[in-house]
Amino acid sequence: MVRRIEPDGETFEFTFEGRTIVARPGDSIAAALTAAGIVNLRDSVVSGRPRGVFCMMGSCFDCLVEIDGVPNRQACMTAAASGLEVRRQRGGVEVQAS
Amino acid sequence: MKSCDIAVIGAGPAGLAAATRAADLGYDTVLLDEQPSPGGQIYRAVETADHARTEVMGADYARGRAIVDAFRASGAAYMDGALVWNISTDRVIDFSRGGASSQLSAKRIIVATGAVERPWPLPGWTLPGVTTAGALQILMKASGIVQEDAVLAGSGPLLWLVAAQLVDAGAPPRAVVETTPRAHYRAALAQLPAALRAPGYLAKGWRMMRKVKRAGVRHFAGAENIAIEGADAASAIRFTAKGASERIEASSIALHQGVVPNQQITRLLRCDHAWDAAQQCFRPVTDEDGQSSVQEVYVAGDGAGIGGALSAALHGEITALAIAARDGRGDPARLKSLRAERARDAAVRPFLETLYAPAPHVTAPADDTIVCRCEEVTAGAIREAVNLGAPGPNQVKSFLRAGMGPCQGRVCGPVVSAIIAERRGETPGATGYYRIRPPLKPIPLSELAQFTIPDAPEDR
Amino acid sequence: MSAGTTADTLVIGGGLVGAAVAWGLARQGEKVILIDEGDVALRASRGNFGLVWVQSKGSGMHDYARWTRRSADLWPDFAGQLAEDSGVSPDYHKPGGLHFCLSEEEMDEVRALNDRMHNVNGALGYGAEMLDRKQLDELMPGLGPDVVGGSYGKHDGHANPLLLLRGLHAALARRGGRYASDARAETIEPDGTGYRVTTPKDVFRGAKVVLAAGHGNSALAPQLDLDIPLRPEKGQILVTERAAPLLTMPTHLLRQTDEGTIMMGDSHEDTGYSTRSGSPVMSQIARNAIRCFPALANLRLVRSWAAVRILTPDGAPIYQQSDAHPGVFSLNCHSGVTLAGAHALALAPMIAAGALAPEMAAFSAGRFHGQTH
Repeated sequence: MVRRIEPDGETFEFTFEGRTIVARPGDSIAAALTAAGIVNLRDSVVSGRPRGVFCMMGSCFDCLVEIDGVPNRQACMTAAASGLEVRRQRGGVEVQAS
Repeated sequence: MKSCDIAVIGAGPAGLAAATRAADLGYDTVLLDEQPSPGGQIYRAVETADHARTEVMGADYARGRAIVDAFRASGAAYMDGALVWNISTDRVIDFSRGGASSQLSAKRIIVATGAVERPWPLPGWTLPGVTTAGALQILMKASGIVQEDAVLAGSGPLLWLVAAQLVDAGAPPRAVVETTPRAHYRAALAQLPAALRAPGYLAKGWRMMRKVKRAGVRHFAGAENIAIEGADAASAIRFTAKGASERIEASSIALHQGVVPNQQITRLLRCDHAWDAAQQCFRPVTDEDGQSSVQEVYVAGDGAGIGGALSAALHGEITALAIAARDGRGDPARLKSLRAERARDAAVRPFLETLYAPAPHVTAPADDTIVCRCEEVTAGAIREAVNLGAPGPNQVKSFLRAGMGPCQGRVCGPVVSAIIAERRGETPGATGYYRIRPPLKPIPLSELAQFTIPDAPEDR
Repeated sequence: MSAGTTADTLVIGGGLVGAAVAWGLARQGEKVILIDEGDVALRASRGNFGLVWVQSKGSGMHDYARWTRRSADLWPDFAGQLAEDSGVSPDYHKPGGLHFCLSEEEMDEVRALNDRMHNVNGALGYGAEMLDRKQLDELMPGLGPDVVGGSYGKHDGHANPLLLLRGLHAALARRGGRYASDARAETIEPDGTGYRVTTPKDVFRGAKVVLAAGHGNSALAPQLDLDIPLRPEKGQILVTERAAPLLTMPTHLLRQTDEGTIMMGDSHEDTGYSTRSGSPVMSQIARNAIRCFPALANLRLVRSWAAVRILTPDGAPIYQQSDAHPGVFSLNCHSGVTLAGAHALALAPMIAAGALAPEMAAFSAGRFHGQTH
């Protein structure tokens, strides 16, 4: 359902929920996940209902994900990079009381 | 603390043109932009898009390259990835860049933060798979990613542009579901002769629509009662058109109802704003050259009122020249000719504004429809708060948490004001808007804590 | 003149003080009109931190300490009745509250305060005790190394000020009261046996008038020959994104709301009536919060706001009834959440009866004028 205009190009990998995602230079995390067919990025902190990319320009804060352990980051405003570990954002942020 | 003569915020056509001209005029100019490369949303990634992608996006997109190149060649400093999160009354800008915050003190500020899509709350619009039409376009521009079998719903030139670009990319959308009320076509006819004076727009629009229709894309006109179905993601769009109920299965549904000025910074600065009845949106009160009601704060481009990319670039340069003119510098002849050119370009606006004014149902969602996506506040709850006597959006915000989520009311603000205005029987201008407070976007508490306020002498 | 503009009592000011008294009066069977400004006003109630706080209040004026305690004692009943009347829960909880000390000197100061206040409520007790770091850790895990100890007050609690205000407005409406917004009171004059309040849109008439307009009282009170000395003090508050439950109870520096957001504040600035947030103070608040709870560093700040406290010269409320104009009352205080219980359930019945009870004489403005009430 999603494809690239340029059939070939340099690629690199990161993971989403442990699954390998292939990205290209210039991709935001949101773009690479969209290209991989992943639309369900988090649970609403209010109702728990799923949310995904909406505006792709940093306005709506719907594409929040956890990146390398840091919660609530905008997937559309964060460049994809090799080796990142991205996870779905579930509910309120867990803060470890050390 | 660093300081400069002119700080420009936003690297779309207006900001780039303003910064380029200001630097050429000898002003110490800094441009701050949140994106990784210049161009704004309209010319997003225009420097790196290859030939194939540029072909799909079209000549209007390719034109952005020259604007970006001119900026790169200018003496303006460029701070990419810079999130402006607060501005003080004496024009000290707090911004976050690379995980740390710092300050820039500016003698003048040109706000060039462009437009955002007009919110269109409808049942199911929070489901994954539902995006703005702009989002589909950004995916194409920035990553060459094409959504196949999308359904585009709503109204406005961008709806047809994205449809045409998808056709050119070999992925024609499954359908274009247009909400433009039939009556708007009749009303817009009166504006047609004036619109023909603006060079090229109407012919271009007509060619776009023809391309989409020739590609076999289904087109529904006058659609109403739109809703999106799906459990954990969008699966279909329902609507009525010509008296018939329609349902189209789709996993990608892109919504569009035109664009409105992005008010976050001008509201933060407490610039005066007015309701623009023609454009059906708030905009900061400015003079022709972009001077706002706040001393030394200017607004250039779509943020001052929707005029489109060409107009924005002209306006950016006009603002820089107008500032110079106040200082007894610059190029009065060029300023005059740019103003005239911008006025000619604007001749198409009344036609577009009449034709693509949002249908009444766009700004009056049903009671059970979520309006504030962050806090999941429904239209019905907002109406109830008004019944309780809430005099405006700020009381509604404090009663219901509408606009208190991470997006800070960016998405819901215009509709919340519209719903309250309708209930109170007044214009949104009389109702007012959310008060915008820092940080403009969430920043880590650790970053704020480490952000010391240096009173050291200027090092720039 | 329409029937919607006359009432037994006109309450001027739709914030926490005015709304609590208005609802309290409506509960007494009065016909009340709550007269308020528009959407953009100083609105101290929207900037309230949400503590129902007894500790440290009234150290210089024990009547104020007792009044605060009375309100805190009334709060459970008040919250229940309000929820019943309005359908809105103010998210009230009374787990006790903590005042952190970041040095031994501060421990000594707070200990001395607790000792001084020991007998303030007689047999009821003051209800605050000093805890060392180990005891604190048991109550509240996750404290930073700089916290040396603190004071635990068992009568302290917290509520959501915004839900409280919404609940009061809803409850007033259900009791038949009228809320008139966009009605900034411009003049107040005697009118026959009662009073006339003129606003841009309407003229209101009532047998009694309650001035609860916050700093707005400074312009209104002199019209009825009242001298109420007030000064502004800016307080800034930060709030984070929603987090999973972290704080077990409210503290004087930060508290976690039922939604999960963490509020932090306790700044005091003399900047006139400005309600702008300034980054130097915001940064300082963030530093303090992280010092108390290092794990907060990972959370994002979503919003900040500033409001202007209504301060009297000694910080305690002024509750004044006019001698020259019977039925005119002026209410002036900060801590609109803490005192909401007393305002609705204790003060409002006095106003309904037409006169403040003798024990309220200590709160008269006369204490600043060298004259008796």
